[in-house]
Amino acid sequence: MKLFGEKAVRRILMVTAFSALSGLLLIALFILNEGLPFIFKYGIKEFLFSSDWYPHLGKFGIYPMIVASLWVTLGAMIVGAPLGVFGAIFLSEYTPRPVMKIIKPTIELLAAIPSVVYGFIGVMVLAPIIRANFGGPGLSLLAASIILGIMILPTVISISIDSILAVPQSYREGSYALGATTWQTTHMVTIKASKSGIIASIILGLGRAIGETMAVIMVAGNSVNIPNTPLDSVRTLTANIALEMSYATGMHRQALFATGVVLLIVIIILNSLASVAIRKRMVKR
Amino acid sequence: MKKIMLMSFVLIAALLMGGCGKGKASLTLAGSTAFQPFAEKLADQYMNINPDISVTVQGGGSAVGIQSANSGAAQIGMADLVVLPAEAEGLTATVVAKDGIAIVVNPANKISGLTTEQVRDIFNGKITNWKDVGGINAPITVVSREAGSGTRSSFEEIVGNINLKRDALIQDSNGTIRETVANDANSVGYLSHGLINEKIKALKVDDQECSTEAIIAGNYKLVRPIFLLVKGNLEGEIKKFIDYILSDEGQNTIKADGLLPAK
Amino acid sequence: MRIHPRYTQRGAVVILGGATLLTLVILIFIIVFILEKGLPVLGWNFLTSNPEDMGRSGGIFPTLIGTIILPLIAIIIATPLGVFTSVYLSEYTKETRATKIIRFGTDCLAGIPSIIFGLFGYIFFVITLGMGWSLLAGGLTLAVMILPTIIRTSEEAIRAVPKSYREVSFSLGASSWQTVKKVILPNALPGIVTGVMLSIGRSIGETAAVIFTAGSSLRIPTSLLDSARTMSVHFYILAREGISAENAYGTAAALIIAVLLVNLSAYWLMNRFISKRS
Repeated sequence: MKLFGEKAVRRILMVTAFSALSGLLLIALFILNEGLPFIFKYGIKEFLFSSDWYPHLGKFGIYPMIVASLWVTLGAMIVGAPLGVFGAIFLSEYTPRPVMKIIKPTIELLAAIPSVVYGFIGVMVLAPIIRANFGGPGLSLLAASIILGIMILPTVISISIDSILAVPQSYREGSYALGATTWQTTHMVTIKASKSGIIASIILGLGRAIGETMAVIMVAGNSVNIPNTPLDSVRTLTANIALEMSYATGMHRQALFATGVVLLIVIIILNSLASVAIRKRMVKR
Repeated sequence: MKKIMLMSFVLIAALLMGGCGKGKASLTLAGSTAFQPFAEKLADQYMNINPDISVTVQGGGSAVGIQSANSGAAQIGMADLVVLPAEAEGLTATVVAKDGIAIVVNPANKISGLTTEQVRDIFNGKITNWKDVGGINAPITVVSREAGSGTRSSFEEIVGNINLKRDALIQDSNGTIRETVANDANSVGYLSHGLINEKIKALKVDDQECSTEAIIAGNYKLVRPIFLLVKGNLEGEIKKFIDYILSDEGQNTIKADGLLPAK
Repeated sequence: MRIHPRYTQRGAVVILGGATLLTLVILIFIIVFILEKGLPVLGWNFLTSNPEDMGRSGGIFPTLIGTIILPLIAIIIATPLGVFTSVYLSEYTKETRATKIIRFGTDCLAGIPSIIFGLFGYIFFVITLGMGWSLLAGGLTLAVMILPTIIRTSEEAIRAVPKSYREVSFSLGASSWQTVKKVILPNALPGIVTGVMLSIGRSIGETAAVIFTAGSSLRIPTSLLDSARTMSVHFYILAREGISAENAYGTAAALIIAVLLVNLSAYWLMNRFISKRS
C-alpha cells in the first residue's frame, strides 16, 4: 500500500521543514505587532533612554531595565565564564577521558535543574548571606549575577569542552615535542586553536543569562533603579515583563510587549554573533 | 512508534471530548489576586451545594478582572480598587467584601506604629533610617507591589501623594511581600490584612490597630472595597453565585479567612 | 620576571582543578539541599492526594497530571515536525540558501528566552485563537519552544547513519522515502529519542512560558481546554508566596527527581547509541 508518492512526500517534508522558521516569524510578528506601534507612538528615544517608569502616569522609560539587564549579564559572565572555561580546560586536558565522560554529563545536568529552583536557592541561601555580610537588601544585582553565573556554567563548559576536544591531537603533540609543559601547550596551542568555540560558548551563555526570567525575579529585588553598587536591587527587561504583565492593560501592556521587542532584538544580535563565531571555527577546521 | 502515536491521539481526543460532552453550566471568575483564594474557597463550597455547576477561578489582577469581564473571557471580574477606572464603567459592580491594607514590618522591628505622614515619607524615600521614626539605627528597606497592582494603587490612593522611591524592592503578590519582609529585619511593606501571620508584624497607623474590629468600626483608614464586576445585569447563574457570596454563609467564609464582610 | 614553567604548570592545575571542583560542589549542593528538605515530605501519598487550601496542605496530584500531560502534548506536536524537518535537511536537499535560512531560523528560535515564548503563546494561542489558559495553549507554546532541540538532535542522529546503509538501500531499488522509513529512521531512533527526552526535561522545568499560557488552576484538568498547573509553577507559587515551605520542598524534590530521571535516561540512551555505532 502506498499512501503518498515520492513527490508528495518531498513536498510534505519541505513544508514541515519550514515549521521552525514559521514559528520564529510568527513570534516576531506577534511581538512586533503588539510592541512596535507603541514604540513609535511613544518615541524611541523617550522609551529607550528615559529612566522614568511610572505606568500609572503614562511614563514608560526602560533605560534602568536595559542597564540592569546589561549589568546582570556582565556579572553572570564575570562569575560564570572563568569558572566554566577553566573547568572545561581542566576536564578536557587534565582529566583522564573516562572520568571526563562521567563528569561532563553530570555538569550538563545543572542545565536541567529548573530555573525556579535556582531562584529559590538564591532567595533562601545566597540573599541572606549577602545581606548579613555586605548590607543592603540582599536581593540584588550581586545575587542575580551569581545565580545566573551558575546557571550558564553548563552551557559554557559543555560547548567549550566540545571545541577544545575538536583541536587536532597533532597540534598538542607538536608542542610537547618542543618540550612544552601541559599548561604551556594548553594556553599557547589548544586555547588559541579553540578560541572561537570558547567565545561562542560564552556568547550563548550570555544569551541564556539575559533571557532568564523566573530566577531573576526571585533574586534581583526588581527596583526600577540604575544600580550604584552591586548590592543595589535591579529589574531586568525580562523581569519587567513577567512582573507587570498580569496586571497591565492598555498602554501599559503595549509597553511591556515593547520591552519584549527590545529583548528580542538584543537576543537575535547575540545569537548571530555566536553563530558567526561557531561558523568561524568550522571554516578553520 | 505508530502505536504510541495512535494511542496519544486517542488520549487527546478523549480528553477533548471529556471537556465538551459534560453539559455542566460553568462560571469563570478572574482578577484580583487578593480575593482569589476567597473566591476559590467560595467556589468549592458553592459547588458542594450545587453539583451541576462548575466554577473556575483565575487570578491575573484587578486590571485583568475588568478586562475579562468586558471581553467575556470571564463572566465575573474581581477587582480590589478604591476607585474603579473608566474601563469598568459599563460593568455592574457589587461590593462583596472589604479588605484592610496592613503596613507590615519584620517581627524583630521594635516599632509599633507609624503616622500616615511617616508612611508617606518612608515610601517616598524622605525617611530612610528606622532611627528617624523611633527605631534602631538601620537603613529602611521599602518593599512595594508592582505598577498596576490593585493593592498598590489603593495604598497610594489612601495614603496620598506617594511617589515611590526608586530603590524600593518590588514584589508581585501579597505572599511575596510577606516572604520578603519576613526575611529582612529592616524592611517595611504593605499587604492584605487577611494575610498577616506570625512571620510578620502589622503596625498601627495613626494609633489605630489594623484589626477586624477597627476596620469595621471605620477607625482604621487603609481599607478598600472588593468588587465583583459583571457585564450587563445580574441574572441567572451569575446572580445566584453572587447572592451566595452575599448570603450569611458566604460572608462568614469571607470573615473566617481574614477579609471583612461587605456590610 | 619569568616564572619557571614547572610552577605555572602547577598553578594552572590548581586553578583549573579548583574551578572544576567548585562547579561540582555547587551542583551537588543544590541537589542535596532540595532533596534533604524535600524527600521527607515526598511520598506516595504526597504525589497522589489533592492539594488543600491552595497547596498549604495535602499533596500535588493535579500538578503531577499537568506535568505529564503538558510535555506530552508538546512532544506529540513537535516530534513529527522536528524529525521531518531534519529528514528534509539531511536527506532531501543540498545546502542551499533555503536550508541556510531554515538553520538560522532554528538557531534563533533556540535562543529565544522563555518569557518571549510566554508572551507569544499568551497573545497568539490564548487570546487570538481563543484557547484561553489551557493545556492546549501551553502544550503548543512548549512545542514551538522545544522544536529546535528536536531538529538539532535528530539531524545529528540522521547524519550519523553511515552512508553505506543508504547506498545499499538505493541499490536494492528503494526510493528515498523507503530508505528514510526502513533504514535511516530506525537507525537514528535512539538519537531522536534522546532529543525528545531532553525536550521533555526542558518542558518539565519550564515556568515562565507555562504560567502565561496554561494558567495556574489547581483543579485536575478534564479536557485539553482546561487550565492546569505544572509542578514547576506550583513550586514557584508555593515558594514565592510563602504558602508552605514544607510542600514547596516536597514539590521541588519531586521536580528534581523527575528532571534527573528524564535526563539520565536520555544520556543512557545516547551512550548506548554511541557505543553501538563504534
